[in-house]
Amino acid sequence: MGTFLYNSSIGKKLVMSVTGIFLVLFILFHMSMNLVAVISPEGYNMICELLGANWYALVGTLVLAAGVVIHFLYAIMLTLQNLAARGKERYAVTAKEQGVSWASKNMFVLGTIVLLGLCLHLLNFWSKMQLVEIMGQETNSLGFGPADGAALIRYTFSQWYYVVVYLIWFAALWFHLTHGVWSMFQSLGWGNKTWYPRLKSIACIVATIVFLCFALVVVFYFIQSLCGGACNL
Amino acid sequence: MNLTLKIWRQKNAKAKGAFETYHVENISPDTSFLEMLDILNNNLIHEGKEPVVFDHDCREGICGMCSLHINGHAHGPDSEITTCQLHMRKFNDGDTIVIEPWRSAAFPVIKDLAVDRSAYDKILQAGGFISVNTGGVPDANAIPIPKADADESMDAAACIGCGACAATCKNGSAMLFVAARVSSLAKLPQGRVEGARRAKAMVAKMDELGFGNCTNTGACEAECPKAISIAHIARLNREFLSAKFKD
Amino acid sequence: MATLDSKIPQGELSKKWSNHKAAIKVVSPANKRKLEIIVVGTGLGGASAAASLAELGYNVKVFCISDSPRRAHSIAAQGGINAAKNYQNDNDSVFRLFYDTIKGGDYRAREANVYRLAEVSNLIIDQCVAQGVPFAREYGGLLDNRSFGGAQVSRTFYARGQTGQQLLLGAYAALNRQIAKGNVKSYPRHEMLNLVVEDGEAKGIITRNLVTGEIERFGAHAVVIASGGYGNVFFLSTNAMNSNGSAAFQCYRKGAWFANPCFTQIHPTCIPVHGDQQSKLTLMSESLRNDGRIWVPKKMEDVKAIRSGAKKPTDIPEEDRDYYLERRYPAFGNLVPRDVASRAAKERCDAGYGVNETGLAVFLDFKTAIERLGKEVIRQRYGNLFQMYEKITDVNPYEQPMQIFPAVHYTMGGIWVDYNLMTTIPGLYAIGEANFSDHGANRLGASALMQGLADGYFVLPYTIGDYLSHKIQTPKTDVNTPAFDEAEKAVKEKIARIFSIQGKRSVDDIHKELGHIMWENVGMARTKESLEKAIKEVQRLRAEFWKDVKVPGTNEEFNQELEKALRLSDFLELGELMARDALNRNESCGGHFRSEYQTAEGEALRDDEHYAYVAVWEYTGENKEPVMHKEELRFEAVHLAQRNYKD
Repeated sequence: MGTFLYNSSIGKKLVMSVTGIFLVLFILFHMSMNLVAVISPEGYNMICELLGANWYALVGTLVLAAGVVIHFLYAIMLTLQNLAARGKERYAVTAKEQGVSWASKNMFVLGTIVLLGLCLHLLNFWSKMQLVEIMGQETNSLGFGPADGAALIRYTFSQWYYVVVYLIWFAALWFHLTHGVWSMFQSLGWGNKTWYPRLKSIACIVATIVFLCFALVVVFYFIQSLCGGACNL
Repeated sequence: MNLTLKIWRQKNAKAKGAFETYHVENISPDTSFLEMLDILNNNLIHEGKEPVVFDHDCREGICGMCSLHINGHAHGPDSEITTCQLHMRKFNDGDTIVIEPWRSAAFPVIKDLAVDRSAYDKILQAGGFISVNTGGVPDANAIPIPKADADESMDAAACIGCGACAATCKNGSAMLFVAARVSSLAKLPQGRVEGARRAKAMVAKMDELGFGNCTNTGACEAECPKAISIAHIARLNREFLSAKFKD
Repeated sequence: MATLDSKIPQGELSKKWSNHKAAIKVVSPANKRKLEIIVVGTGLGGASAAASLAELGYNVKVFCISDSPRRAHSIAAQGGINAAKNYQNDNDSVFRLFYDTIKGGDYRAREANVYRLAEVSNLIIDQCVAQGVPFAREYGGLLDNRSFGGAQVSRTFYARGQTGQQLLLGAYAALNRQIAKGNVKSYPRHEMLNLVVEDGEAKGIITRNLVTGEIERFGAHAVVIASGGYGNVFFLSTNAMNSNGSAAFQCYRKGAWFANPCFTQIHPTCIPVHGDQQSKLTLMSESLRNDGRIWVPKKMEDVKAIRSGAKKPTDIPEEDRDYYLERRYPAFGNLVPRDVASRAAKERCDAGYGVNETGLAVFLDFKTAIERLGKEVIRQRYGNLFQMYEKITDVNPYEQPMQIFPAVHYTMGGIWVDYNLMTTIPGLYAIGEANFSDHGANRLGASALMQGLADGYFVLPYTIGDYLSHKIQTPKTDVNTPAFDEAEKAVKEKIARIFSIQGKRSVDDIHKELGHIMWENVGMARTKESLEKAIKEVQRLRAEFWKDVKVPGTNEEFNQELEKALRLSDFLELGELMARDALNRNESCGGHFRSEYQTAEGEALRDDEHYAYVAVWEYTGENKEPVMHKEELRFEAVHLAQRNYKD
């Protein structure tokens, strides 16, 4: 019992699917939280305060980290196996199959971009917030309090190159989700001819909402920084 | 029609292969693709060269013997047909056509364009059957089966075992093939009896033989000459997972 | 010396099989484990026999030339399988199926065998359903039926247009189960090239590994030939490209007599030939005649207009169409047997009414059916066939009628077998299309699947025990005996001889010429003159083959030209044998139509007084005339009559 989760192809896909669902749910939570930063920086900081380095936030972080690690390790394992299964000789000519999305064939590349973005994001935010609290310090390297997320956002997205990098990151996430969200249902065995168009639409909608809402925060704070304090969006 | 053909030539399983270029002339658009290759081979024989080896048999799209990756597509550019049903009217005069064997680690090349697909037989031997002996079975009408179920079972049973799914899949996965058999039998009351055992055994054999993991791209369905739906893969996932969770 | 004892059991027709089963010997399970059986071919007959024999406990070795047993050409059968279930309450019965089959075969089949076939037909359907064959069903969940040629009841079970595929996958699954259990050892890509006969009994076979060229020996206590028919002697036929008569022909050379070689079925509904580069002909299922109507224009000017493209077939009004089958055979209409439908098409085309540029095509029209049932129903029934037709011809049959023409499809003739399916060589059995027994001079549609599975599932597993019960003391066959040496040597010499020629003509060139000779002279209509000519021409071509064939490469590799050359060398012998048999049979019956022998209305005219026998040919040596023996056919249950499909 349970060995199938790492030694059978469908078991491995189940793990990808379940961790994927979990990560999507987290992204949706994070996204909702971010929207608060646009409406009310103070409100946002209250949420940051609430989470902080409290036990539930720490447990959540650990589970989340495990989710990311498992999702990525399994992706590496699957990709290596798939490369081996493809064989040494490759087709000289390949063509796009009808109805097959580009994202579905590039999930590992997209996922890697998402992961690299995540690393940057952790460096930009987590290491300056929760980590600071865990270390028991009062202020982070920038001199902000660890729960002052709004200040951190403002600081980060006043720098144009972060804006560009984050938007590329969100775009990769968009592609990843357009396939990932419906694919996780398929891997769980929930899919049929009637539901495929629906699931694919849902995937597309979820991916687009996630992209727009995350991008909104970035763009909002960037434009605000351009205006200095002159315009109050 | 006059055509340039770039064909993969490989002496045997161990030899190193390479593309060779050939020209064929005066091909009628009504000629089938394999007839065009027959003409090429006849020319090669008369020129004292070795003809191109390719698998083929029924030439009406049902035996599953023919293969060929033509201009990047399994069974060529047309949809829902096998290579033997492909006709030259789908090409233009002066075209260059690249013809490759199935490429998949589980389907090693035997010679030129012919590959070894015995892995598919092995998967079916692992459990692609209903365990009944000849004789002693109930009357054919003893178990009514809803028409929709019988039809869906038939949709999956249309698989011809040609290998296009694994050959097309970027992961070299045989899931569509395995799913077609599992799903076809799972839709029938006779097949349900050992459904769990079947799904587990066939998936285990598929993994053991070095096929890749399905990532739901749907390329298999797009290239399948019988347009078998990946909904059957969903059913296989269901069958397999519920079997495993019951263990 | 072999003799012709058909071993038909005594007693009343309907009791023969059960009496026989009670009388023959059986082998105990412990002894079955010691016995080995070779099965050559994995179509419906071979796969079902191999699986059933292995289930009983025998050690089975099964051989096929394809890369998998599932590729056998049974897979291409489209329409259905007959059985006397009477599920439709249309007064069908075992006797009616038997009677239709005997009559359809134009009274040239053995009554006892045909009755047994009809008897076990119902078991086949039960078996297939248990195996998970997804036959078509009604909304109530019960099995659906359709009608086929030569019958006035609906007794054909079907799985869309892929019945053969589904039945074969069922038998193949049963075979796979036995392979997994280790009771069957499977040898794909192996071709049988010789039979080993020792002390007058079949002891094994010599095969060539088609990938490596290795010549191997296999021994057994009995050998079963299930290698199908030899229709490819005509080059163009509905058979698969690799279908061949070589395994059967090697048996003939080694002393198995060959029965009724001239009985060839020409199927009326095939896609017409389009040019001389064509490699094979595609069948359009007989089931299409359930709803399709066959016609040619009544007026010659319409024919010309259609040929020139000035008119489309849909432009021809109803009153100017000649639905010639409905006109000539009101009772059966478009569902007359195949031989009758084929000849009627030929008659119209000979009269100049053929509808394509070659003048060799008639229309199969679904207009009436689409009007009556709607496009969707037609799509459900024949969707895959319509799609196949459109892919090949580029014509949409929902809008324009199909063009069809007869083509070689099946060979009723084959290795002679007795009631036990044993040939004239003890220990050698032949089943399915490879034998001759059940279809007489013409096979009814949906009966080939029935016969293959009947032989494999329900007849051979019983009758082979009778022979093997005498072999329980015989040890495993030693393959290092002079008989095996000699058989292997003959194969190697033949291959070496073929490579030594290096002439100018490719195998296909010669095969096409053979096909042409056969189609022109031994095809749908034969005459004394054409047959005499065919014998001479085939002999000449055979000599040319052995002088001028060119086979590239070597034996020790995957060499498809060598495979084809070996098969063609046997076709070149078979072609002559077919012509000789046709020349001997001075009557017309079923698929064998001698133009000299016809009624005033152009129907086949039998001569029951002189030809109510099976012509059985004995091989006497290379380039020597074979000797004919007769198995007289005795009819007790049916009354011999001129076939009547008019009323």
